[in-house]
Amino acid sequence: VIRLERRLEQPWWLSVAVPVGSLLVAFAIMAVVLAVSGHAPGETYRKIFEAGFTGSGSLSATLISATPILFTGLAAAVAFRMGLFNIGAEGQLYLGAIGGSWIALQLGDRDAGSTSLYVVAMCLAAGVLGALWALIPGVLRAFASTNEIITSLMLNYVAGYLLTYLIYDSASYWRDVSTLQARAFPQGKPMPSAAEWPTFGSSVVVPLGFLVGIAAAVTLWFLYSRTRFGFEVSVIADSPRAARYAGMRTRRKILAVMALSGAVAGLGGASQIGDFSHTLDGSPQGLQAAAFGYTGIVVAALARYNPIAVCLVAVLIGGLLNAGFTLQGADFPSGLVGVLQGIILFCALGGELLIRYRVTVRRRVPAHAGDTSEAAA
Amino acid sequence: VINDSLLVIVLAQAVLYGTPLLYASLGELLAERSGVLNLGVEGMMLFGAAVGFCVTQRVHGGDAAVLWLAVAGAAVAGAAMAAIHAFLTITLRASQIVSGLALTIFAGGLGLSAYLGNELHLADLPATHQFKPLDVLGLGDLPVLGPILFDQSALVYASWLVTLLVALYLGRTRFGLNVRAVGEAPASADAMGISVTVYRYVHVLVGGAFAGVGGACYSLSITAGWTSGDTLVNGAGWIAIALVIFAFWRAELCLVGAYLFGGLSALPFALQAHDVTVSPELLQSLPYVMTIVVLVLVSTAFARRRLGAPAALGRPYVREER
Repeated sequence: VIRLERRLEQPWWLSVAVPVGSLLVAFAIMAVVLAVSGHAPGETYRKIFEAGFTGSGSLSATLISATPILFTGLAAAVAFRMGLFNIGAEGQLYLGAIGGSWIALQLGDRDAGSTSLYVVAMCLAAGVLGALWALIPGVLRAFASTNEIITSLMLNYVAGYLLTYLIYDSASYWRDVSTLQARAFPQGKPMPSAAEWPTFGSSVVVPLGFLVGIAAAVTLWFLYSRTRFGFEVSVIADSPRAARYAGMRTRRKILAVMALSGAVAGLGGASQIGDFSHTLDGSPQGLQAAAFGYTGIVVAALARYNPIAVCLVAVLIGGLLNAGFTLQGADFPSGLVGVLQGIILFCALGGELLIRYRVTVRRRVPAHAGDTSEAAA
Repeated sequence: VINDSLLVIVLAQAVLYGTPLLYASLGELLAERSGVLNLGVEGMMLFGAAVGFCVTQRVHGGDAAVLWLAVAGAAVAGAAMAAIHAFLTITLRASQIVSGLALTIFAGGLGLSAYLGNELHLADLPATHQFKPLDVLGLGDLPVLGPILFDQSALVYASWLVTLLVALYLGRTRFGLNVRAVGEAPASADAMGISVTVYRYVHVLVGGAFAGVGGACYSLSITAGWTSGDTLVNGAGWIAIALVIFAFWRAELCLVGAYLFGGLSALPFALQAHDVTVSPELLQSLPYVMTIVVLVLVSTAFARRRLGAPAALGRPYVREER
């Protein structure tokens, strides 16, 4: 008989061992899926590993893929920790990109000398716009008790259409209409050169956005584990009723956490503009194709909503995404990234059981041999 | 002549586009009434659409036989996806919310559906079989009502039967009563000798089958074909989840909500066909914005009088820990 007993104390090593174990199990399950559909698992995995981590220049490319999901992973972790399921990081990231590119275009080439000014301005604008977009489901949740899961998700679609509208279907501020070609094939205005974020390192190129993400992760870790704010968030997560009796302002906390989550996702949008695209890309193959917001949920769950662990997991999943971009074709069937992410998330969820419960397997004792010691145990 | 007017066309399209929403929301209704929230509807629908279309490509035979086999295939596909969710949440006691999200990522437009579509090159294949409007009673030419109610595909007529059956099942049968007990007070149901686990598994699986059929409505009827990405279902699964709340967890109200949102989804196409120049993005985002508006209205009413929601929705049942 398999019995589950709730653990009174969770040993610390389990929260490392279980995610690592679930990752391994996920790769094993995926190997079966690959084998069944006629791909050689060993060969596919070797190629993924090479394209994601060990090949020349691959780690630099992986960091570029890891940057947006670092932000969306943090956004999910921040909200999920309070039991606030903001799955709108996707849309909040678009809004961040819209805000970040707007301020960069506003500044133009005026202060071409100081990139830091551009970086700060873009981060601010992106954070504010992302936070405002996240506050829509936040306010509705706090004041009308509307389910934030559905509203935040619906806004992803709206944000996607907004992005398409700005570049494809209007003469908006972001759209490049300077040349005949640009009018025929809609595209965003190019950013001023000072708005291109710097990179660091030579053998492994680290984009500035990734460092901003790590700084955000450390800040969030401090906020959630060392401050009164973080304590109140965890009390509300465990028991909203106890929090209310203790006089904590739940509504305010919902608004604050949603805004924080949206702002972090928005930073991801600014980093996409500054580090990577240097224009607001409204095409279906651009910002909207990668589903950064949903991948962020996988990252956050595998990191067990710990901001520091999110950094590590983002690089890991970033390697997978990067391999997906470079290996497209027969080596890397499309859909594999999503399938693997789904399996990883399933395994991580199943693994939670092992963290929360002690699983004991005992042989069923035949009725005539039933002695008192067994009953006492 | 009146049957060619914009209003009648939009209403007829509302029924057509509302049908997948209806199937999916009825499925979600069954799962939620047993106490399990399944946010994987979008993924289950898309996988059902892929498998359904795949069946029409691989099986040869008469139109009707192939199409109903495809619907059955879609139902099995949806149920198989739901089985993962059921195992994780009911047996392993995982978070229903995160597991449902995982299911959507796993089965959705960047996951298993895309994998299947890509491996079998579904996107390049023209539709060989498709549900066509069926004028069963000969009433299709009736003014106004004809095109709206009597000139639809068999999937639409079947959805009315299914709605009726679900409403009767939940409201008028012993099994339905047991499901409601499991969703409202699992401990009491357990004490009465009702197996909470079995009831939840069955309803999550049947719910998944409904979602699969809902997805097949797109690939076998509305769009008739397969497109890569999640453009085929495009958020309908999430709207279906919202519809269950909108319908206060009642089958007959799911029908009303489904056609309302079906109309909103059909509006952009109908207006474009009539040369109305409104930005398409604005019209396309209308169903999503309206979902939010409706949810807010419902939830403020909901806060005043707790209407409909199963009391144990979202909570795993553990006999030792009640």
